[in-house]
Amino acid sequence: MADKRVIIVGGGLAGLAAAIRIAEAGLAVDLFSMVPVKRSHSVCAQGGINACNEVARQQGYSEYQHFDETLYGGDYLADQAPVLEMTNFAPKVIDLLDRMGVPFNRTAEGFRDLRLFGGSLFKRTHFSGATTGQQLLYALDEQVRKLAVQGKINKYEFWEFLWPICTEDTDDKRCIGITAQDMRTMQIRSFRGDAVVMATGGCGLVFGKSTNSIICTGGAASRCYQAGAWYANPEMIQVHPTAIPGADKCRLMSESARGEGGRVWVPRKKGDARQARDIPENERWYFLEEKYPGYGNLVPRDIATREIFDLCVNQDMGVDGQNQVYLDLTHMDPGYLTRKLGGILEIYEKFVGVDPRFEPMKIFPAVHYSMGGMWTQYTPGSYEPSSPHGMHNPFDTSPVDSDIGKGMALGAPNNMQTNIKGLYAFGEVNFAYHGATRLGANALLSCIFDGLYNGVSVANYVNDCEPSKNPAAQFDQNIYDAAVKQEQAKAQKLLNSVSDGPADDATNPYKIGYELGVEITSASTVVKTGKGLSACLDKIHALNDRYQNVRLGDAASWTNQTLSYTRAIGDMLVLAEVIVKGGILREESRGSHYRLDFPDRNDEKFLKTTVVSYQPGSDDPHQVTFRDVDTRFVKPRPRTYGKTDTKNAESTKSDQPETATA
Amino acid sequence: MAHASTIKNFKNTPKPDRTVQFRIKRCDGPGQPSRYESFNVPIESGSNVISCLQYIAANPITVTGQKTTPVVWDAGCLEEICGACTMVINGKVRQSCSCLIDEYAPHEGDVITLEPMSKFPVVRDLWVDRQRLFESLEKVSAWVPIDGSYDLGPGPQETPQQSEMRYTLSTCMSCGCCLEACPQYQKEDDASSWDTSFIGAAPLSQARLFNEHGTGRQLKGARLDALMGPGGINDCGNAQNCVKVCPKEIPLTESIAAVGRAVTIHSFTRFFTGK
Ligand SMILES: Cc1cc2nc3c(=O)[nH]c(=O)nc-3n(C[C@H](O)[C@H](O)[C@H](O)COP(=O)(O)OP(=O)(O)OC[C@H]3O[C@@H](n4cnc5c(N)ncnc54)[C@H](O)[C@@H]3O)c2cc1C
Ligand code: SF4
Ligand code: SF4
Ligand code: FES
Repeated sequence: MADKRVIIVGGGLAGLAAAIRIAEAGLAVDLFSMVPVKRSHSVCAQGGINACNEVARQQGYSEYQHFDETLYGGDYLADQAPVLEMTNFAPKVIDLLDRMGVPFNRTAEGFRDLRLFGGSLFKRTHFSGATTGQQLLYALDEQVRKLAVQGKINKYEFWEFLWPICTEDTDDKRCIGITAQDMRTMQIRSFRGDAVVMATGGCGLVFGKSTNSIICTGGAASRCYQAGAWYANPEMIQVHPTAIPGADKCRLMSESARGEGGRVWVPRKKGDARQARDIPENERWYFLEEKYPGYGNLVPRDIATREIFDLCVNQDMGVDGQNQVYLDLTHMDPGYLTRKLGGILEIYEKFVGVDPRFEPMKIFPAVHYSMGGMWTQYTPGSYEPSSPHGMHNPFDTSPVDSDIGKGMALGAPNNMQTNIKGLYAFGEVNFAYHGATRLGANALLSCIFDGLYNGVSVANYVNDCEPSKNPAAQFDQNIYDAAVKQEQAKAQKLLNSVSDGPADDATNPYKIGYELGVEITSASTVVKTGKGLSACLDKIHALNDRYQNVRLGDAASWTNQTLSYTRAIGDMLVLAEVIVKGGILREESRGSHYRLDFPDRNDEKFLKTTVVSYQPGSDDPHQVTFRDVDTRFVKPRPRTYGKTDTKNAESTKSDQPETATA
Repeated sequence: MAHASTIKNFKNTPKPDRTVQFRIKRCDGPGQPSRYESFNVPIESGSNVISCLQYIAANPITVTGQKTTPVVWDAGCLEEICGACTMVINGKVRQSCSCLIDEYAPHEGDVITLEPMSKFPVVRDLWVDRQRLFESLEKVSAWVPIDGSYDLGPGPQETPQQSEMRYTLSTCMSCGCCLEACPQYQKEDDASSWDTSFIGAAPLSQARLFNEHGTGRQLKGARLDALMGPGGINDCGNAQNCVKVCPKEIPLTESIAAVGRAVTIHSFTRFFTGK
């Protein structure tokens, strides 16, 4: 086969957008996904997708302001050039989705409707009912289906990516394919590719229960890391303050419930077993209102998250002794609630079986998004200010226009390429756009932007760089066979562990996975301390020791889900170590990363990207270096969101609204 | 997303700390015999069928104390939005992630029966192969034929009513409930019969969705051609089971009627104009 081939792993928004762009460039695309791409996790997104638009523009907004907000929201940890390109490109993404038929909500006149979202004073969020992610994913899925019918894209659905295949050369390592396993037949195969794009999404499952889909293990990213790709800012995990804890996962509960008057409380008496309605007013502890008389239940999101967490985890004051607090709407008129909050109340009703208009909801913060991910590079574009700008205000003239190529050079082969040539990372799996916290409705944008914009880079790399001289099709078959053998051996080792002996919790993969989630959630999410993180790392090591003797409960050579899950647990343990290690070394608080022992942001030491590389065999295999963040465009300023109650707040009046995410 | 049947008003307060029995239809793979196995699962508050299957995966011991393999099933979002986890629960097809134990089994010892969908080939246990459903979407050209992904400005403007109507149709998550419930839709193990066996409600409704779009309309003729022959719209017996089981409350019978009318007009036009 002489045709140039690109492998894309992942069929969420990032992978599908990349597949479309790369197939259009005339390259053959092999698209891998553990689920039919139409069922990828992107389907869960509800809120919307951000982009500057004509209405906002006439009110003083601009692409540049979207850029400025995104940096501020991310506490300046994001390299600025890729963010500028993304926000400049955003309106084009919306137009394209519109042409593909996304049923965006419309105004009476028929224009695309917009909603207000956190982190901005302007309506710049486009949406499609309450299921924006689903509608965007379907639109891309439909285009990919068309290209598949035309023979330009090959889908490998229910195939699991196992490992990247790279050339040996450590300095000039190049990715030339992958191994993957058919999840039904269990066949392990190698695939040649001139470039490989990882678009495998987030890693919520490391934390046990999160708002993510159950396939978001981070296993694929961990495998690339173990194969030599660097991982950046692992400690930057976003925790959403209000989710519905469930027996199987946590489901998002929109912040608008508090916005409409919802009150957060717990019983004053520890372990009070009475039903909420039987607890009189004076025996309820409205802890947010008490501690923050100014903002009350609407304190900035990170404070709300931390207070709820502290109350439950450290003080053991959660409702029913569990990690949960009441979010109470029952003092309000049910009719009003239905009109204002109908959609989200239904989700609660559907999954909890309780009507929140009459019973307080039980909520708890939940792991939601990974800002960190595979480390990627880029080529800066043409905008070169003589010095970084200060804060950008509405109607200010933008220092740079929104033409293509101002932030990141279009088509540069290294855009969103990892440190391994030919291995790219797009979407939530990379670290590139959101710094230390992601603004709501910016994730969908970054995923599709990566695919459309940086898909061109992949095509150029294949057409003009190494693969044009030395295509994957010409490498020795032995390299591929050896890679397959290696994966077969790993799988066989796990299958051999099946025994008839009595069940043993210590070696049960499901129990190891469960314990990992509990440990890392308590030590490395909302409030972290050096001591707590170190203790957590020890526990992960202990789990890893147990994992070395893990025993499968299923030896089947057909559709063995336990094998796939157990293999992923091993990779999740590695990723967990990296996440915790990053948290230990970042001795400051920034965005989602809050260290009780280092409560302030420290730009001097830590305005830097945590970059981790894997050195197997050494005492500590996770080698961390800190790299400077690109801050050429905007000068970092304190991220206060108008907070008045902290000592280091510089402004006392609200300069920007509360950050929200969805 | 209003969905009357899922609004829970439990008649009995569910008993806390109870054990519920799961009776699960199992099958090791295509061509293998099926069997039932039962498991006792302790119920914590908020349990749904998925959390119980997770418990069984970690503790694969049957009620008779027999060690067995973890049950295989398909799932993704756990929010009733991806469509993956569809199965037959107590004889009724639905998503298992939104199936709450407090509603289905409020008492100690209550039994819940889980079976794979019957209209699709079983892969293993509760996991079925729905590839045919995705291929039906190819058959009806379920996409908007755009020129390419370059920046060419916005798509066609449309009224809020039109957009809402398309939105409703576009929430179809290819779960297959409507096909499982349809008396006309037959299980076809052999892919070569997929083309001539009744296509079912979901793809018909998707054809309508794209016929309603300003640009999507360009392929209307091809879509209607595909639905005129065997396996097309005329095989629908109008039993209306489909619309009753659709978790997204998509007006499937309206879609079927709309496509039916369009096909009739289309075939007349073809007859008289020879096109
Ligand atoms: C509840 C919820 C609501 C959200 N709401 C919003 C919102 O309103 N706005 C917003 O901007 N963002 C939102 N987000 C975030 C956003 O949805 C995600 O960041 C985004 O969808 C990720 O897309 P992706 O393409 O990177 O990956 P995903 O959509 O996660 O896709 C990953 C793909 O990789 C495949 N894959 C993974 N591992 C393997 C493997 N080993 N082998 C083969 N294939 C593999 C999967 O099958 C899948 O196809 C929300 C997130 C959640 C959880
Ligand atoms: S109306 Fe009846 S026959 Fe037609 S698709 Fe629906 S269930 Fe099937
Ligand atoms: S139409 Fe409804 S029942 Fe049928 S596949 Fe779509 S969502 Fe499922
Ligand atoms: S798991 Fe997605 S619908 Fe149930």
